[in-house]
Amino acid sequence: MTVEEWMAAASADAERRGLADLAPLLESLAESTRALRHAGWERIPPAPEPPGAADRRGPSDGGSPR
Amino acid sequence: MTAPLHFHSITELAPLIAAGRVSSEDLTRACLEEIEAHDRALHAFITVLGASALAQARELDAEIAAGRCRGPLHGVPISLKDLIDQAGVPTTAASRVREGHVAGSDAVVTARLRDAGAVLIGKTNLHEFAFGTTSDDTAFGAVRNPHDPSRSPGGSSGGSAVALVTGMSVASVGTDTGGSIRIPSAACGIVGLKPAWGEVPCDGVVPLCESLDHVGPMARSVADAWLLYLVLRGTPTSAQWPLPAPRPVTGLRLGVPRGYFHEVLDEEVRARFAASLAWLRQAGAQVVDVAIAHAAGTPPVYLHTSLPEAAAYHAESLAAAPERYTRNVRLRLELGRYVLAEDYVRAQAARAVLRREVDAALEGCDALVLPTLPIPAPPVGAASVEVAGTRQPVRAMMLRLTQLFNLTGHPAISLPIGETAGGLPCGLQMVGRPGDTEGLLAVAAACESRVMA
Repeated sequence: MTVEEWMAAASADAERRGLADLAPLLESLAESTRALRHAGWERIPPAPEPPGAADRRGPSDGGSPR
Repeated sequence: MTAPLHFHSITELAPLIAAGRVSSEDLTRACLEEIEAHDRALHAFITVLGASALAQARELDAEIAAGRCRGPLHGVPISLKDLIDQAGVPTTAASRVREGHVAGSDAVVTARLRDAGAVLIGKTNLHEFAFGTTSDDTAFGAVRNPHDPSRSPGGSSGGSAVALVTGMSVASVGTDTGGSIRIPSAACGIVGLKPAWGEVPCDGVVPLCESLDHVGPMARSVADAWLLYLVLRGTPTSAQWPLPAPRPVTGLRLGVPRGYFHEVLDEEVRARFAASLAWLRQAGAQVVDVAIAHAAGTPPVYLHTSLPEAAAYHAESLAAAPERYTRNVRLRLELGRYVLAEDYVRAQAARAVLRREVDAALEGCDALVLPTLPIPAPPVGAASVEVAGTRQPVRAMMLRLTQLFNLTGHPAISLPIGETAGGLPCGLQMVGRPGDTEGLLAVAAACESRVMA
């Protein structure tokens, strides 16, 4: 789904739900989504992990916070 | 000691309490008097536990008289952000949504504080459900910064920071999902620690975003934060009290991430930060520039992670009673329902990239150093502020320099580094190696006296 398609669907849904105040926030989110998608994250190859790195993993590795 | 006792640090008070020279009851009473005198204007507390705190203090004094000291927190009045359960006490999360709630049991961290002998003096005000950085969207009145009551104390743990500055409690426990411990600590001029992710249990704490949430101490010194951190983590303080003497600054290697982190900075904050680096260099630290290539991509990654996680937790009450939320918090939660799953997944992949880049920046460094907040405390209720000639949204400014380390899980601490000409505090943020909160505390303890102007 393109950001434009998403924006049209989200705006229509927000309007249907009586959330007109969401419009400027949806605009900002759309801008942020474009930035996320165009930053080229997926083209950055992961570096090989040093020994013991698995023991120090943080939240972005899918561990449990609790 | 010249200031009243309840303005002193835990490390100063602990030997006096242990020796029976200061009573916990007197200390607790002094904090309660400060609350009585100032909290109508500052709104730092939601629930004040006067009677139970005094009863607890008397019991702890009796233990000292009988020769039993539980450790450095014995008899010290400590407040809890009102997101953390305390048995028999409401956990409001500063929201009307939680009306009528009373915690059936202690959160893990509350039980650990209780066992360590802390006096639980009350529950502090916050940004509703911790979903904000200014502590003004709350059902209990906007929290005010004691340095200038027309200003925000930062948030979301704003009440906790105010309680420390005003002597309403000696220390506090907050939570940090995008900076909510470090932001108010910087805005109010205290020390705030976000431990490494997963080290301190969140059981019994109302979640905001489970993969970003951290519980940690807010204190008047690095040593106090260290002691509290040990207790919150579940380490007996008897094994580590007294703490080791701070290591020398000479030989420390500190990395300064530039680019994104310095692009939008208030000029007075920039000057305080530069002065801190100069003092550290003068004391013998090696200060080097480091790069975090994708740092500018942090805000979208944070947004696409935090919004849907928060919306998922609140889905039921948003559907049942949306009018019970404050307007801004409700709108942000509703926004979270519109984030596409594919973008959430993209954000998680980006987090892994950012984590590797922060790890790489820390290679060969003892810590990273950067400002905590790019601006001094903003006016209460302001949506935007002027920064270096440009108009910037307050929320984006408040999160700008802290949220990265919630995404990556690295430990981070904020230290006070003096004030602007208008008397508003500035903070220095130090970031430690993955999983090494104690290593970070040791570095911060070494630097503390050099940067605390």
